[in-house]
Amino acid sequence: MPAPIRLRELIRTIRTARTQAEEREMIQKECAAIRSSFREEDNTYRCRNVAKLLYMHMLGYPAHFGQLECLKLIASQKFTDKRIGYLGAMLLLDERQDVHLLMTNCIKNDLNHSTQYVQGLALCTLGCMGSSEMCRDLAGEVEKLLKTSNSYLRKKAALCAVHVIRKVPELMEMFLPATKNLLSEKNHGVLHTSVVLLTEMCERSPDMLSHFRKVLILVPQLVRILKNLIMSGYSPEHDVSGISDPFLQVRILRLLRILGRSDDDSSEAMNDILAQVATNTETSKNVGNAILYETVLTIMDIKSESGLRVLAINILGRFLLNNDKNIRYVALTSLLKTVQTDHNAVQRHRSTIVDCLKDLDVSIKRRAMELSFALVNGNNIRGMMKELLYFLDSCDPEFKADCASGVFLAAEKYAPSKRWHIDTIMRVLTTAGSYVRDDSVPNLIQLITNSVEMHAYTVQRLYKALLDDISQQPLVQVASWCIGEYGDLLVSGQCEEEEPIQVTEDEVLDVLEGLLVSNLSAPVTRGYSLTAIMKLSTRFSSVNRIKKVVSIYGSSIDVELQQRAVEYNALFKKYDHMRPALLERMPIMEKTATNGPSEIVQTNGETDSTVLDTKHPPTITQPPSQGNDLLDLLGGNDVVPVIQTSLPTKPPSAGGELLDLLGDLSLTGAPPPAPASVPSVPMSQPPFLLDGLSSQPLFNDIGTGIPPMTAYNKNGLKIEFMFERSNPNPNIAVITIHASNSTEADMTDFVFQAAVPKTFQLQLLSPSSNVVPALNQGNVTQVIRVLNPQKQQLRMRIKLTYTYKGSPVQDLAEVNNFPPQSWQ
Amino acid sequence: MIKAILIFNNHGKPRLIRFYQYFAEDMQQQIIRETFHLVSKRDDNVCNFLEGGSLIGGSDYKLIYRHYATLYFVFCVDSSESELGILDLIQKMYEKVCLSLQVFVETLDKCFENVCELDLIFHMDKVHYILQEVVMGGMVLETNMNEIVAQVELQNRMEKSEGGLSAAPARAVSAVKNMNLPEIPRNINIGDINIKVPSLSPF
Repeated sequence: MPAPIRLRELIRTIRTARTQAEEREMIQKECAAIRSSFREEDNTYRCRNVAKLLYMHMLGYPAHFGQLECLKLIASQKFTDKRIGYLGAMLLLDERQDVHLLMTNCIKNDLNHSTQYVQGLALCTLGCMGSSEMCRDLAGEVEKLLKTSNSYLRKKAALCAVHVIRKVPELMEMFLPATKNLLSEKNHGVLHTSVVLLTEMCERSPDMLSHFRKVLILVPQLVRILKNLIMSGYSPEHDVSGISDPFLQVRILRLLRILGRSDDDSSEAMNDILAQVATNTETSKNVGNAILYETVLTIMDIKSESGLRVLAINILGRFLLNNDKNIRYVALTSLLKTVQTDHNAVQRHRSTIVDCLKDLDVSIKRRAMELSFALVNGNNIRGMMKELLYFLDSCDPEFKADCASGVFLAAEKYAPSKRWHIDTIMRVLTTAGSYVRDDSVPNLIQLITNSVEMHAYTVQRLYKALLDDISQQPLVQVASWCIGEYGDLLVSGQCEEEEPIQVTEDEVLDVLEGLLVSNLSAPVTRGYSLTAIMKLSTRFSSVNRIKKVVSIYGSSIDVELQQRAVEYNALFKKYDHMRPALLERMPIMEKTATNGPSEIVQTNGETDSTVLDTKHPPTITQPPSQGNDLLDLLGGNDVVPVIQTSLPTKPPSAGGELLDLLGDLSLTGAPPPAPASVPSVPMSQPPFLLDGLSSQPLFNDIGTGIPPMTAYNKNGLKIEFMFERSNPNPNIAVITIHASNSTEADMTDFVFQAAVPKTFQLQLLSPSSNVVPALNQGNVTQVIRVLNPQKQQLRMRIKLTYTYKGSPVQDLAEVNNFPPQSWQ
Repeated sequence: MIKAILIFNNHGKPRLIRFYQYFAEDMQQQIIRETFHLVSKRDDNVCNFLEGGSLIGGSDYKLIYRHYATLYFVFCVDSSESELGILDLIQKMYEKVCLSLQVFVETLDKCFENVCELDLIFHMDKVHYILQEVVMGGMVLETNMNEIVAQVELQNRMEKSEGGLSAAPARAVSAVKNMNLPEIPRNINIGDINIKVPSLSPF
């Protein structure tokens, strides 16, 4: 067999390839030759073949079949072989394959080799790809080499030790004795890697950190080295643009930062040298700035003197004005790191930072944007927001999402007025609507609902926005919602803040119907707009038109839309008397701190499905946040009445508002919507099934010995609680309620609801029926599960609604006399 | 921690790749393509730092690069490295690599920037050896370039005394250079191609 071609010949051949296919063909041919050479166990040319393979690997061709050949090369006696073998191992092998373990022994031998370069290769390979098994086996050798006087090996051993510690942190102790003399070394390479090793140990283990602070007292040693570096004259060896070994200086400054962090003594000991570095470093070149930058970060991180901190911030301010983009970039990066601690100092550079938003460089722009948001506060919000909104308008798409959510957060925190807040969010929705997070729609809706005095203004603004553009889905959704809620305000034109516009009911409906048919609208948006139209049926006089639209969508191919339409249709036909109550304006939602954007993270699609899933007509326009509010309401530690009494406009006829409140929870037992629309709620189970259900808990009761109690007994309606402690989790009390009716008429539409203080959690299962038969002829049972992790005394507030002889009845009661066994 | 060092030319063709964390071969090529895509669209007068490589690292990682004539030198590093420091390191390394390669091919071309890419191609192994003395396991090992070049030279000499990987490579290279080969104008996308390797015994 002829000798395989040389690496350089191969490269030359590959370079003559005119097309991709030609190149591939050449490589395939060569690979075949290499394989057959490997098969023949050709020792002379193995290194050459592996070198060629590495070239092909770089070009992206598979080279894994060379893995074992690398191992053979490593085991060879020749340095050439070992060199390429170790290189191949580092490039081709992976610690997840067991093959690499075959190397362990070779590396062990080579670590004890007589030639330093072979030892160096072994150290390098171990430090690059040693797995934890390998590290355990070879840590002893590394530790030995860390103590050698040979600087070429010592520096490599130090980095290898870092790798070992990263892989197997328990081995850290082993290297501790060797660290004692590391810093007395003269060789800069060794010093550099030693500092890296010490840094790694400090970062990994608090014990090591305090050992290095208190026992080894590293700080003075580091300060001395740093001082020598600054003071020493020109040394050609380490000079970079007139500065002595900036790499080492940077490393030392970083280690000082870790040692000085929240430690007074160490910080004290390094104050002087930091001041010296900060004032003496020549900054006409990049290197000087690199050191200065690290110095500033160290000053900001440790417990430094206030004068020093001012100096540091001023250095960063100078950086911001530097012509070099790289310096500006690091200045922004470090200001971002310090903005939390020295907010006011950074504020001084605000205008320069805002100017960086206009930079052409995306890296700088991104940093400037982050920093600008960090600088927004109550005093400068209007000005900053103007800049940021302008930025949002003009920036690349990649920034829009982050920028929009930043604006939302800042506006929520510092909005000077509600009107400003609403305007800002609307502005974001119009300019970057498709980039905003999905929860911004419910958040804005909540904000609008709560600003009662802004309703007319908002709906008018949104209506105008809708006339301009119906492609920005989040905006369209909010607008539909608002028009549905406050359509009457829009038509009456009673807006004080802005010149009122003259709109007729038909025009509004035209717009909403336009949304339904527009192919720009997402399915979710159509849902919003259909619901809005439905809501307007009680606010506008053109009910017939609305009926028509609703009935048309009863046969929509979009299942969700169809379902809505069918439900609304039923509302028109069967329950028309309740419609005004059900389509009431949404109550003000109480905003809790936790109810912010962080909590409700739902996509638009999911949002919609929560609304639809419950399938109660009253939930029509509920934004998802409503559910959370209700949970709060129910779980309130303070005894909040279950019904919000702050609704003076409620019609006396119906309990609609509570259903509005509860709609999302699917607590069940809603007033009779179209039967087809409540498949999830078993309302009409046959009675015999109930009997079976009710008898079982009774039996259990006797077993567990918790006496039943009467929770409510009024107007012939009696509610008894039976208790049972759940076996797997003793913190859960299972309460079965039995409602019986001793009057002569059935109680229909019976709904039982319960609320507990916040320390409890309550789960209400579906009731067996919503009719309590007359003359004690049957029971309605419902199971409540109460989680009581703190074993506190159980308290409960219950609410009952039912229809008796055609008129609705509702009552509230508080239940405090729970038997102690039920909660202890 | 340095996660990867990539050198590729203006067309995205890799000239040297070194990963300090394991990535599968096709992933490596994807990373090169993504990095090339990110870096190549930047003007020369913008800053040398770049965030946003999605394949390698994450938000903590950034790309620090320098562009020399036909070559991009890219370091992918995390926040434990000094940005400006790495930038200096690249500069120093580049100078020394060029210089030592020139020494190696024994021709001192007047316009050494153009020489460099060709040298890199033909002496990939040598550049790897230099790199090995600069960065080890993702950490900077030595910054004194004279020391590095000296150590690499000594090792090369050891290799030569054994006969070397291939004799007289220098002559071959200078011959090629004199041929004045045109720079490959194609932008080759290698990662998309799946080469069928006939199944052989793994040994």
